[in-house]
Amino acid sequence: MTRSISRILKSYFMRTFIAVLLGFVVASAILFITGYNPSQCMAVMFNAVFSRPKFIVNVILKSTPIILTGLSVAFAFKMGLFNIGAEGQFIVSTIASAIVGLVFNFHPIIQVPLVIMSGVFAGAIFGGIIGFLKSKFGIHEVITSIMLNWIALYLCNYISNLACFHKPESDGTYPINESGLTLFMYKWKFSEEGRSFLKNNPVLNDIILKTDFNFNFILAVIIAIVVWVVIYKTRKGYEFRACGLNPDAAQNAGIDVNKNIIYTMLISGALSGLAGALALTGSSNPVIHVLPVFENYGFNGLSVALIAGSSPIGCIFAGIMFSALIYAGQSLQFKLGAPSEIVNIMIGTIVFFVALSVIIPVIVDKIVEKEERKSA
Amino acid sequence: MLNNILIAITITLMYSAPLTLAAIGGVISERSGITNIGIEGMMSIGALTGAAVGYFTQNPWFGLICAGIAGGLLALLHAVASISCRADQTVSGLAINLIGPGLAMFLSRYFFSGATMTLPVPVKLPKVVDPIYFQNTPFSSLSIDASVVIALIVVIVTSFVLYQTKWGLRIRAMGEHPAAVDTLGVSVYKSRYTCVIISGILAGLGGGTVTLAIISQFTPTAISGQGFIALAAVIFGKWRPIGAYLACLLFGFSQALVILLGGGSIQIPSTLLAMIPYILTIAVLILFVGRSSAPKAAGVPYKKGER
Repeated sequence: MTRSISRILKSYFMRTFIAVLLGFVVASAILFITGYNPSQCMAVMFNAVFSRPKFIVNVILKSTPIILTGLSVAFAFKMGLFNIGAEGQFIVSTIASAIVGLVFNFHPIIQVPLVIMSGVFAGAIFGGIIGFLKSKFGIHEVITSIMLNWIALYLCNYISNLACFHKPESDGTYPINESGLTLFMYKWKFSEEGRSFLKNNPVLNDIILKTDFNFNFILAVIIAIVVWVVIYKTRKGYEFRACGLNPDAAQNAGIDVNKNIIYTMLISGALSGLAGALALTGSSNPVIHVLPVFENYGFNGLSVALIAGSSPIGCIFAGIMFSALIYAGQSLQFKLGAPSEIVNIMIGTIVFFVALSVIIPVIVDKIVEKEERKSA
Repeated sequence: MLNNILIAITITLMYSAPLTLAAIGGVISERSGITNIGIEGMMSIGALTGAAVGYFTQNPWFGLICAGIAGGLLALLHAVASISCRADQTVSGLAINLIGPGLAMFLSRYFFSGATMTLPVPVKLPKVVDPIYFQNTPFSSLSIDASVVIALIVVIVTSFVLYQTKWGLRIRAMGEHPAAVDTLGVSVYKSRYTCVIISGILAGLGGGTVTLAIISQFTPTAISGQGFIALAAVIFGKWRPIGAYLACLLFGFSQALVILLGGGSIQIPSTLLAMIPYILTIAVLILFVGRSSAPKAAGVPYKKGER
């Protein structure tokens, strides 16, 4: 084994790639044992994502919120904080955005930022509470996060059922005012003119008319880059990473660890909040509704961040892959009757092998050492 | 009044039993130095196995044992990753949380013709105090499941083993400074494997008691967050068995409060009442518990020969 091959095998990208591959192998094995044809299943999943432009666009649209919650978790990770509360921050953000979007009705130039910022603000507050309780009272962030997730869930159910917001004969609120939506050319694409224009253009028709087409994804990519810059290129980011690596050393070096805990959680919460706000404004059914269980936007963000190894740029790719797997899983159930839960098992296996992949460099080093000893 | 108190006791104990089992598992694993956030996944697979085996064999005790084994098997995965492969324990635990519920639902669909819930078990776990004995007496609303007693025994045994025996001392030392234990000739790897698997068995039993004692079947929402509450109880109880048990009791009690207030004369929306346990937990933490610190070596992979 040459040095360059061993270097490639040891890189994070390659390790993750191997983990993904093994995830597919394990899922195929389980499908085979339970009597489904794995190659047929994989073909269906592949087609579900790539066979039409609409599907590709939908995967990207659905990836936006989990990329952002992934960034939120990854950011807190750099500070050594485990933000399992992204779920709750996401939910309160949708609540705040929905209320503001329902109550006010300004021109879109004001309304859109207002709706989104209220969501971001709500998320930041929820994250900030976690940071404050940790730095002030030393309460472990995992407990507060878990409790706040449930509080957010029940708050959402409470608001959804409030007489002033509740839409009769539904399980949720009225849709927010159209002026707050971030959908691309929402009115135009359903107008006579828009329809006739899109009819002559089958591809555009497929991706614009048949999906909730919007540019939130681009915003998520920009945010990912900003997060990367903040973490690696600014003084504050350096402080965050120092606190994450060794809080005692950071404290000794004159960094206020407690203050940084609060800042980190505020920002992390704001990122999850942005995820929630954009998920609401970028939907053609912009409502909040009664949640019987968590919708997992935040928990999926955890997986995204961990698959990405807490790299902000990695979160983009991990988010898209995650979204594609979920999307493909639905059609697996629909077309073959194979349990869509196989996708959860697959994602779990991928995460598991990502965890295991730290062993790859150790093995590679051993092989290299052996070979060198032989040749010497 | 007496009736309400008895209902409160019944609900408190009923809710806290599965949490207690899972939380004690968490305490054992974390005290040995392995962070276990995969409790939720282990409970899920235990809940399914308990209900499915209980349904097919018509024997709830056999179902409960199998639930423990299922949880233990999933924990074995976590152990291999975090002990032998020195993987990040948070990542591995999270993977367990994804695999556990996914596998549970998948198997449910496989064995119960496409349904995500199993059929009800014919026989539930017996009750130690059954309301039938007290018909027409003031105690008719008191009911205590066998699982409550099991949970209590587990707490007492764990507490005794951890603090009064040689093994317990070793386990606790392993969570603080594994190398020190290793120099005394005790295999850190082996003992940690044992602790993680025991933790999985207890989490599996916890899941099993949900589907075999409280509700009598597995549903997709049978285990929704209990594992995380148990995780919180571990931290709340400062990584001590008795502390974790008290945290679980507090949580069970606040659930009882929710139900009692819901049936009371004052009309409060049920969604707001449902927040009580979580707000109460945070309040108690701020007022009475405060700073907590994990076992020093928890979450840090141990490599033999390292100081």
